[in-house]
Amino acid sequence: MKYIIFLLSLLLNIALVYVIGTRSVLPLPLGSFLSVQEGVWQNAEPVDEDFNASMRFDELQGKVDVYLDDRLVPHVFAEQENDAYFVQGFLHAKFRLWQMEFQTHAAAGRVSEIVGEKAINFDRNQRRMGMIFAAENALAAMEKDPQTISAIDAYTAGVNAYISKLKASELPIEYKLLGYQPEKWTNLKSALFTKQMTQTLAGYDRDFEYTNALKLLGEENFRILYPSIPDSLYPVIAKGTLYSKPLAALNPPASADSLYFQRKDTIQFVEDFKPNPSNGSNSWAVSGSKTQSGKPILSNDPHLGLTLPSIWFEIQLKTPAFNAYGVSFPGLPGVVIGFNDSISFGFTNAGRDVKDYYEIQFRDNDKKEYWFDSSWNATTRRVEQIRIKNAKTIEDTVAYTVFGPVMYDKSFKTDLTAEKAYALKWVAHDTSNILKMWMLLNRASNYTDYLEAIGHFNVPGQNMIFASNSGDIALWQQGSFPLRWNDQGLFVMPGTDSSYMWKGYIPHEENPHAFNPSEGYLSSANQRAADSSYPYFMPGSYEVYRPITINRMLASMNNITAQDMQLLQNNNYNVFAEDARPILLKYIITEQLSADEKKYLSLVASWNLMNDASEKAPTCFTAWWDSLHAEVFNDDLIQEKMPLAKPEKFVLLEALERDSSFRFIDNINTPIKEDLYQMVTIALKKASKKLASLEKENKLEWARYKNTTVYHLLKTNAMAFAREGLINGGGNGIINATQHDHGPSWRMVVEMTSPTNAYGVYPGGQSGNPGSKFYDNFIDQWAKGAYYKLWFMESAAIEGAKCKWKMSFASK
Amino acid sequence: MKFIVSAIITASLAYGLGLYFPWWTVVIAGMLTGFFIPQHWGLSFLSAFTGVFMLWGLMALFISISNDHILAKRISMLVIKNDSPYLIILITALIGGLTSGLSASTSRSLVNLIKK
Repeated sequence: MKYIIFLLSLLLNIALVYVIGTRSVLPLPLGSFLSVQEGVWQNAEPVDEDFNASMRFDELQGKVDVYLDDRLVPHVFAEQENDAYFVQGFLHAKFRLWQMEFQTHAAAGRVSEIVGEKAINFDRNQRRMGMIFAAENALAAMEKDPQTISAIDAYTAGVNAYISKLKASELPIEYKLLGYQPEKWTNLKSALFTKQMTQTLAGYDRDFEYTNALKLLGEENFRILYPSIPDSLYPVIAKGTLYSKPLAALNPPASADSLYFQRKDTIQFVEDFKPNPSNGSNSWAVSGSKTQSGKPILSNDPHLGLTLPSIWFEIQLKTPAFNAYGVSFPGLPGVVIGFNDSISFGFTNAGRDVKDYYEIQFRDNDKKEYWFDSSWNATTRRVEQIRIKNAKTIEDTVAYTVFGPVMYDKSFKTDLTAEKAYALKWVAHDTSNILKMWMLLNRASNYTDYLEAIGHFNVPGQNMIFASNSGDIALWQQGSFPLRWNDQGLFVMPGTDSSYMWKGYIPHEENPHAFNPSEGYLSSANQRAADSSYPYFMPGSYEVYRPITINRMLASMNNITAQDMQLLQNNNYNVFAEDARPILLKYIITEQLSADEKKYLSLVASWNLMNDASEKAPTCFTAWWDSLHAEVFNDDLIQEKMPLAKPEKFVLLEALERDSSFRFIDNINTPIKEDLYQMVTIALKKASKKLASLEKENKLEWARYKNTTVYHLLKTNAMAFAREGLINGGGNGIINATQHDHGPSWRMVVEMTSPTNAYGVYPGGQSGNPGSKFYDNFIDQWAKGAYYKLWFMESAAIEGAKCKWKMSFASK
Repeated sequence: MKFIVSAIITASLAYGLGLYFPWWTVVIAGMLTGFFIPQHWGLSFLSAFTGVFMLWGLMALFISISNDHILAKRISMLVIKNDSPYLIILITALIGGLTSGLSASTSRSLVNLIKK
């Protein structure tokens, strides 16, 4: 009996410790995870947490006082500039360490180290794109500039000062959840972060899809489905602007017709992990002539995937050289979007295509030589070691050519043959120091300073909006954009011939720009920057509709206040529907509709064209139009295993506006020839089925249908850390660009009065800790379109007392 | 009385060890009291269980209350797919209690075995 008791007790004890002490049975080791002294309970931050602290570090040169306001925004007052970056690094780590490391691990293709084999494909994709290669090149450039490298060094030291005093119980929750430890921060990680941003914003292209479409449909149809300039283009730089002649005549190589435009075959593999083409932004500046205060107002809202912890961290940095306020990227020193006492600055994505593929002919499977300019040339080989959690490290050999890394070959995409491969030419691989731009913008005091600052920026190409308290407004589309002959880089190019290489970059001074225009305002919203008179070929992925509403509104507004600009950022007017609805209503055959279908039709017909949260019509309209789009194009464009691009929504709309017998209307899979009446009616009938089931689930209202969600970075693996079902209007092509999980990641309005009158909000919170009340406390404010007044402290001595907490940093 | 003292000693040991060592030192706390405090093995289990159950349960409760249950809500969603802070506190207490209790009964029954 005694034996039995002992053995039973022992076995139960061992079994229990095994179950709760490992990840073998349960997905989480509940013992350590729920342990009160070591596990997640230690991350439960008291709601009245005291953030006051006093710390000493060898690395500091002087004193730094950090005042934390009631929203946990740090106002950093440093006696030495580099000390400010040290403290910024420390604060980023204190509030956002896991995110900083995870994002840079993702950039470097190191996610398998954390989550295991399921991320191998993702990691290989990152490595083969040359993300680390690109970051190393960027870091080399930063190291050459003493100002940048000393800032980065201080920042890195600050992050590491925090990491080195971190106790196991204080680790961010995600480390406890996934079971790993943070490593030391490095300058390379900051460089990797810039490349992650570059991938997000300048990593989209359709070269393979276009190549197939051209081959499959012929040139005439290709131009119809993928036009480079929309009829309704509202360019960044006003139409009719005169441009100088291009510096050099750019002609396609003599062989282009046979080798480039008339390919023999299609490309039969599918790319994964493409960035979201909705990554974009709005920004505008109005000059004093249009504002109530007589001073310019600058507005900016970058649209990115909405995540918790947020991509942004609000901060004020005051040093002897400057006083800047705005949002920063955890991972980089400085203020990225914001203002100082003299100027304000913001960004929208240029959307230009800066990424091309070249078809490489390897000599054999070894990938050691490739055919280029009539001889075999040696590749450089980079062996990528991919470490994997609970599995052996794998090696991936990437061949580098004169163009760049060979991203796709048979070892990665098994549908490819042994000889065929595709090398990536991407501006992101160039050596450049984009951080220098922010170092200079933070201290810029006028237009000349701004011009000098932006000259350091190459990629991802941005429209850079500027306003100053001396009354200037300006906008430059800045970046390194390849000099191309017409149509160069739309399709995959031959990699055997140097005549297909880029001919350098468009000179910076010829980038589209404007300064104090007579209209009194400037804006950009990811549209094509210039009309057809711009002398250079500028392919890209562009927005058509947001710019139309923005320009229409700005033109009509006068006596503008900061509040007016906030309302404009939250405007839900659907200008696409303004043009598209008449077509739907004109061609619908009402007699063929059921009662339900008529109900949805009448909702669309009586709609006020606002994508407001409680409206049902936007859901009906969107479902109807998407259904029409699919009816018109799917029969022509769905091919197995062959990537093809869906035409943009403006393509169908403009085609139907021009010609109701648009050639793609007919469904090629039926014997009869359909007309637009039939298609519009079928589309509504099909959409109605979906709408009826949505209505049953009570999801017909736009906000419920859209279900705006701010996901945790671990996506559906951590829904407990996400915020779902936000009640919010807006959508694609609307100034309030809030979609399901994508939208305005920071809304900012800055009036250049003295003192500066600024407002901002982002869908998150300053703390990355799901156990903190500061984790998601801005979200409701953001969802309802409200703002916080940004407190731009001029003097710590006078205003410091108004802050809730104070952290003092000093040298030892 | 012995029961209460034994529970308090287990809890104190578990807390003290927990300040410096990982969570599984609750096993050591249970084993030590089970080994040195002579009582029926069933009472050894119960006293160690009660001690660490109370320690983990009360600590989690106080932490959670001062946190307005912000984290407990999220963790309960994550672990048991249910928005129930008190249930996750109970689970926490049970895990600590059971681990320590079983360790105490194991060492006590071993002592009984050796003593004959």
